[in-house]
Amino acid sequence: MRADARVSRRDFLKTGTTLGAGLTIAFYVPPRLMQRFGQASQDPADFVPNGWVHIGTNGVVTVTVDKSEMGQGVTTAYLMLIAEELEVDPTTVHVGPTPENPAAWTRRMGTGGSSSVRTSYDTLRKAGAAAREMLVAAAAQQWGISPDACRAERGMVIETAGKRRLGYGRLVTRAATLPVPADPRLKDPKDFRVLGTRVPRFDTRLKVNGTAQFGIDVRIPGMLYASIERSPAYGGKATHVDDTGAKAAPGVRHVALLEWSPEDTKAARMETSVAVVADRYWQALTARRALKVDWADTPASPLDSPAITARFAELAQQPGVRARTEGDAAGSIATVAKRVEAVYEVPYLAHAPMEPMNCTASVRADGCDVWVPTQGQTSTQRVAAQIAGLPLDKVRVHTTYLGGGFGRRSETDFVAEAVRLSKEVGAPVQVIWTREDDIRHDFYRPATYNRFAGGLDATGNPVVWTHHIVGASIALSKHQTLENGIDGSLVEGAANIPYAIPNILVEQTVVDLPVPCGYWRSVGSSHNAYVTESFFDELAHAGGKDPYELRRALLRDQPRHLAVLDLAADRAGWGKPLPEGRHRGIAVAEAFGSYVAEVAEITLAADGTCRVHRVVCALDCGPTVNPDTIEAQMQGGIVYGLSAALYGEITIDGGRARQGNFNDYPVVRMNEMPRIEVYIIPSTQKQGGIGEPGVPPIAPAIANAILSATGSAVRRLPIVQNGKSRIAMR
Amino acid sequence: MSAYVLIVNGHRQTVDASADTPLLWVVRDNLNLTGTKFGCGMGLCGACTVHLDGTPVRSCSTTIAEAAGKRITTIEGLATDAGRRLQDAWIAEEVPQCGYCQSGQLMSAAALLTKNPKPTDADIDQAMSGNICRCGTYQRIRHAIHRAAGTEVTDAR
Repeated sequence: MRADARVSRRDFLKTGTTLGAGLTIAFYVPPRLMQRFGQASQDPADFVPNGWVHIGTNGVVTVTVDKSEMGQGVTTAYLMLIAEELEVDPTTVHVGPTPENPAAWTRRMGTGGSSSVRTSYDTLRKAGAAAREMLVAAAAQQWGISPDACRAERGMVIETAGKRRLGYGRLVTRAATLPVPADPRLKDPKDFRVLGTRVPRFDTRLKVNGTAQFGIDVRIPGMLYASIERSPAYGGKATHVDDTGAKAAPGVRHVALLEWSPEDTKAARMETSVAVVADRYWQALTARRALKVDWADTPASPLDSPAITARFAELAQQPGVRARTEGDAAGSIATVAKRVEAVYEVPYLAHAPMEPMNCTASVRADGCDVWVPTQGQTSTQRVAAQIAGLPLDKVRVHTTYLGGGFGRRSETDFVAEAVRLSKEVGAPVQVIWTREDDIRHDFYRPATYNRFAGGLDATGNPVVWTHHIVGASIALSKHQTLENGIDGSLVEGAANIPYAIPNILVEQTVVDLPVPCGYWRSVGSSHNAYVTESFFDELAHAGGKDPYELRRALLRDQPRHLAVLDLAADRAGWGKPLPEGRHRGIAVAEAFGSYVAEVAEITLAADGTCRVHRVVCALDCGPTVNPDTIEAQMQGGIVYGLSAALYGEITIDGGRARQGNFNDYPVVRMNEMPRIEVYIIPSTQKQGGIGEPGVPPIAPAIANAILSATGSAVRRLPIVQNGKSRIAMR
Repeated sequence: MSAYVLIVNGHRQTVDASADTPLLWVVRDNLNLTGTKFGCGMGLCGACTVHLDGTPVRSCSTTIAEAAGKRITTIEGLATDAGRRLQDAWIAEEVPQCGYCQSGQLMSAAALLTKNPKPTDADIDQAMSGNICRCGTYQRIRHAIHRAAGTEVTDAR
């Protein structure tokens, strides 16, 4: 079985050369402490043409995946890219440990922005192709013939005209002596055997028998567990801590007030907190409940959601920073035949991945190990080094499987906590957050307030589009400076609306609030696709146009948008009669370089309860790697977006989140699961991502179906609040 | 702290813990069976589902005292015929994404098929709605259960 891990004794992998840049890289592979992936063999005669590929004298191919596997299938995609060019069966390829010293790795280590494949498609193919060319050259040399007279196939080099063949394992020793080609020849896509096919996922088997190791499953000898009480209001300080009861509780080893230096908080946004460290997690959690902590009021304390909305509304009346200007929107709005105005609001959202935040750290005088389900190994190493007071290269980051990420695990607050506690206690410590910790101390998707005015000409065609986005800002929350006053993530999906409307003005006003904000699956497009695509349907409605046909007309110069729109409409049967009580809505968006259209089919009950029955999704993401993974990501993105559209809302009350668990932060369950159909357009266009683009169109597709059903637009999410639908029935 | 005798996956084990310790943390921390997952701690998400005398329970909301003496089955011990067929079906349908909730999903599905070998979509909704998946694998779970049960996928929603 390829996932069978053999314990490694070799500590150093041979120095390899990356391709193209000619940069020499090395990385450190320490003895394995956790069983996870297949392990490369340890023979010094092994062939390691570059940091990505390792071939043992037994012919076993092991690839390095420097990305985090959080369910998006990156492990399988990466091994497929290499297997294609290396001419090996992808189901036989092993995966080595994720590089553990990010500082010494060939590129910054992090997983996000739906970028893993599209930024590495050629890099990984070239890594495989270089190895293939060297193996072919080695065989040719051995046989005394030209490399042109040989070809590589299924882990062997074959003499094209003759009968000789040699497995890669028997060629590696000679291949290792040959120069690494700087510019290996890549296969013609028409010859692909692997890319574009449904290769079984590498990690499926481990995930159906309970053996996949997530961060929370890490077990280190002598490890203690910690549970941490954080300031309920953001930015709080503890004025008094009574830990008598906690310290007296069974199994408790240590209670620590965690205050953070300015350098610490610069590395990771941290809150003052009180940690309980115990022999067992349940003991730590029980003892934590016995803590008595007084928290001082914070700048966040007076803050609540209505006040935030009022502030946003006030700012929306004033001019914002221009993010896009076409024609003369301000001037021409006065002359239009019909004017439509609307305000759209979206709430803060929590990520709520199934695996609560956790991190295990072991800090010693000579070094630090961190085992963590992270989307950001480079930032994890930096934060751990800062907190441990060690040089960067003394920190090793062991990446586990991630029980969901969605952007939450690109943060490093949980890393800082574990490192700090291990250093303080002098033992390995695993910090585990409760679900309430997770929901209440997230880095939220920003809340926004959107003021729209649109103008139609006498024939009902939109000729003016103005959109002022007022919102909380991820950039400001992370103390980043804005370029030209624009927070790019706040306007993505809004400043770049694709429609041929002659007068467009998109403005933005960012508000610095003490509520932590972060990247939430599809980031700005998660809210901007909803508000823009819903307002678009309001314009279509006002102008008496079919929303699909109006999109078609205004996307006439956007072939990729148009193609997915047409495909989704066709497969959904747009324009054809629906069963009694069913209604359709359509939306389209470009996000992370991919183009997605979705049609939602809904019913509304008498009490306004919205049920989504069917979603048709059409996608153009450019050249595909694994269509099954792409389908899965579209399905997953749609469900993630559906949960947010129906239920997702973090309300701020007294500077803290009111919600805490799946009872008051509900998500879609099996009984609400629509039928989802995914259609992928064969495409040779520029490659896009797949992790996030499924999310943006679902909320507006549903909202537009509701508009079609009721005649009233859904101008605020979520659709259900406190268990009650906001939809007013006619 | 008291000593409890637990029968986990057919093995009799003695565990020292306080009576209120959830079975979840006993199997994960004392017995090192980490396939059972912590998701919410309130019985809301189903990630911690195990079988107690064949019935699916939320181990985060079941104490060691309640579980003592009963037959406890975790994902590591899911060796029933239905369990194996489900695992094979999960692989064939490529169900897992992040995979974190899947132990609980499989335990719920295995209990369903034991009780009801030919479930309808409505039966599946009923039995599986206690298990949250944030990756959104529900459709594939439904297909996999039908595959394991040999029942037809209609996807009528």
